[in-house]
Amino acid sequence: MDSKVIYQRLNKVFRDVFDDDDITVNDKTTANDIEDWDSLEHITLMAAVQKEFKVKFSMGEIASMKNVGEMVHIIEKRAK
Amino acid sequence: MKELEYPFDSDYIIKKKKSIKRTLLADGKNRLKKKIAVFGGSTTHDIIVYLELFLLDQGIEPEFYESEYSQYWQDSMFPSEELLNFSPDLVYIHTTSRNIVNYPSMSDSKEQSEEKLEREYSKFEQMWKKITETHHCPIIQNNFELPFYRLLGNKDCSDYRGRSNFVGRLNQLFYEYSQNNDGFYINDINFISSSYGLRRWSDPSYWNMYKYAMCTEAIPEFSFNLSNIIKSVFGKNKKALALDLDNTLWGGVVGDDGVDGIQIGQETGVSQSYYEFQNYVKTLKDIGVILTVCSKNDHENAVAGLEHPEGALKPDDFIIIKANWENKDRNIVETANELNIFPDAVVFADDNPAEREIVRAQVPGVAVPEMDSVENYIINIDRSGFFEVTNFSADDLKRNEMYKANAERAAQMASFSDYGEYLLSLDMKAVIDDFIPVYLQRITQLTNKSNQFNVTTKRYTQTEMDSVFQSDEYVRLYGKLTDKFGDNGVVSVVIGKINGEILDIDLWIMSCRVLKRNMEFAMLDRLVERALARGIKTLRGYYYPTPKNKMVRELFKDFGFTKTDEDTNGNTVWELDTGSYEKKNTVITVEDNSSIAN
Repeated sequence: MDSKVIYQRLNKVFRDVFDDDDITVNDKTTANDIEDWDSLEHITLMAAVQKEFKVKFSMGEIASMKNVGEMVHIIEKRAK
Repeated sequence: MKELEYPFDSDYIIKKKKSIKRTLLADGKNRLKKKIAVFGGSTTHDIIVYLELFLLDQGIEPEFYESEYSQYWQDSMFPSEELLNFSPDLVYIHTTSRNIVNYPSMSDSKEQSEEKLEREYSKFEQMWKKITETHHCPIIQNNFELPFYRLLGNKDCSDYRGRSNFVGRLNQLFYEYSQNNDGFYINDINFISSSYGLRRWSDPSYWNMYKYAMCTEAIPEFSFNLSNIIKSVFGKNKKALALDLDNTLWGGVVGDDGVDGIQIGQETGVSQSYYEFQNYVKTLKDIGVILTVCSKNDHENAVAGLEHPEGALKPDDFIIIKANWENKDRNIVETANELNIFPDAVVFADDNPAEREIVRAQVPGVAVPEMDSVENYIINIDRSGFFEVTNFSADDLKRNEMYKANAERAAQMASFSDYGEYLLSLDMKAVIDDFIPVYLQRITQLTNKSNQFNVTTKRYTQTEMDSVFQSDEYVRLYGKLTDKFGDNGVVSVVIGKINGEILDIDLWIMSCRVLKRNMEFAMLDRLVERALARGIKTLRGYYYPTPKNKMVRELFKDFGFTKTDEDTNGNTVWELDTGSYEKKNTVITVEDNSSIAN
């Protein structure tokens, strides 16, 4: 899947989850860049992203993601 | 809100929880404010987030106390200052199989496994007693879901050393406590997890990564189920089910196909499905749900369809049959008026999406479940929790009879020209006296259900009512009314707090099914009599306006009280001198508790 399309869809998910239409994510985006992105919201985010792209992240993948770029990388490989 | 009604889309709710909350809070609705303390044995954050959404949607605005991670036992046994100040209206204990510490081991004897069971159970019982003692409020406690693996395979459920077996026995002990203690409710996580699918529910990664005891995608369903208990405890259940007929209670259109042509009974799979649904509806009557018909049909055709020999429901099962060609929203409002309930206490079941849409749009607050295909009817109504049973009183069993008798009274009234004569003809007998234990549950239920004839709209939990009952600082009255058409049960409650020579009337409520029967005057007569016996010179009444209690704005004036105060919000205070009071009731024969003993 084209990473441009992935970012578009990912932006929509971020905006829904954090209820903020001004959010635009890129490969460098981390939890530090979005005010409400704490460990609890991270759980919601993971659930919403997995639904959007119909993928299931393994525990190891979730634990090792350092930024949005790495998340997109996994989605690129696996999403349908 | 449609998005929060069963069958809802959990993924959508998870993604949109923030904007859903924003929308709910902006709708300007008047909600019941309740304080809920959540004691968790695992992460409870999202459970509270979704619980709040569902409660807001059901007319309750919750404020939460959330215990620190897994501090359920500490918060129960050693309440902090913060918790005491919070003063919860309800405590919810969110424990799961993950919190069981005394599972039997393979080398245990039967006795040792019993000891472990006892140890595990008594920890909980100790907590519940302590919570009741400290907070005097209802408790909701999870039972336990099945563990996610079975060391003994299929034998795990039957062998005393199996964890599945242990969980089952522990649950039984919880149920026994629930049967013996009012105000203690089980949140059936065992059912919800199996309904959701235990395999997905108990995905261990959610526990190991986030310390959630279930997968987070399941939490909306879980919280919805929990919200149903809470709204029921706080008196927000629905009361009536208004049913369409054609393609709802039977297959086909009785007006076109004829009685012999409709599908109901044992002939085919479809007719059996309708029969099963009719049977389900009939049993709703047994838990006190009022049944009515709301159908576009000629009346004769409707009744003929209901008289189908293969059907489970009969015309007699319905209090009101509206079979006409009027718009359904109008029929629903009229049905509510005739039953003396608010339209938002009605559930409207119709297979036609257009009719559902009209009623949903025109009648605010009415519940309109999806009725897309007959095999889903039962599940959709059942899972919606409209009629969630928490306190099940003898009155619930008789409610349909009472509404039926009401309809007969209305017919008799039409034959009298003088209203006083009509009242006398009813041969009314009342028992008006201090509370007795057998009615405490019904009394509490009434305080939480009455909205219209209710001057202060003060609500009591079962535990609070128990302490009012134990105290000698109150004058308490309940009123039970019988007439020649039947027993109305306990219909009125008055609670006055003794304040020297003044009696402050904390609560004055009456069920609307006995409006205009002079029951309120009979209550007042008795109240003055009891007040005088306690040396009280003045009765002081309070009226606090709500959107629903306009009917009693002038109640104290009609009683002969004098208004002594009024503020800008329309709150009024009234006083009555007991010394010069003259009895007002002349149509009801009043007795006391001794008449009930035999």
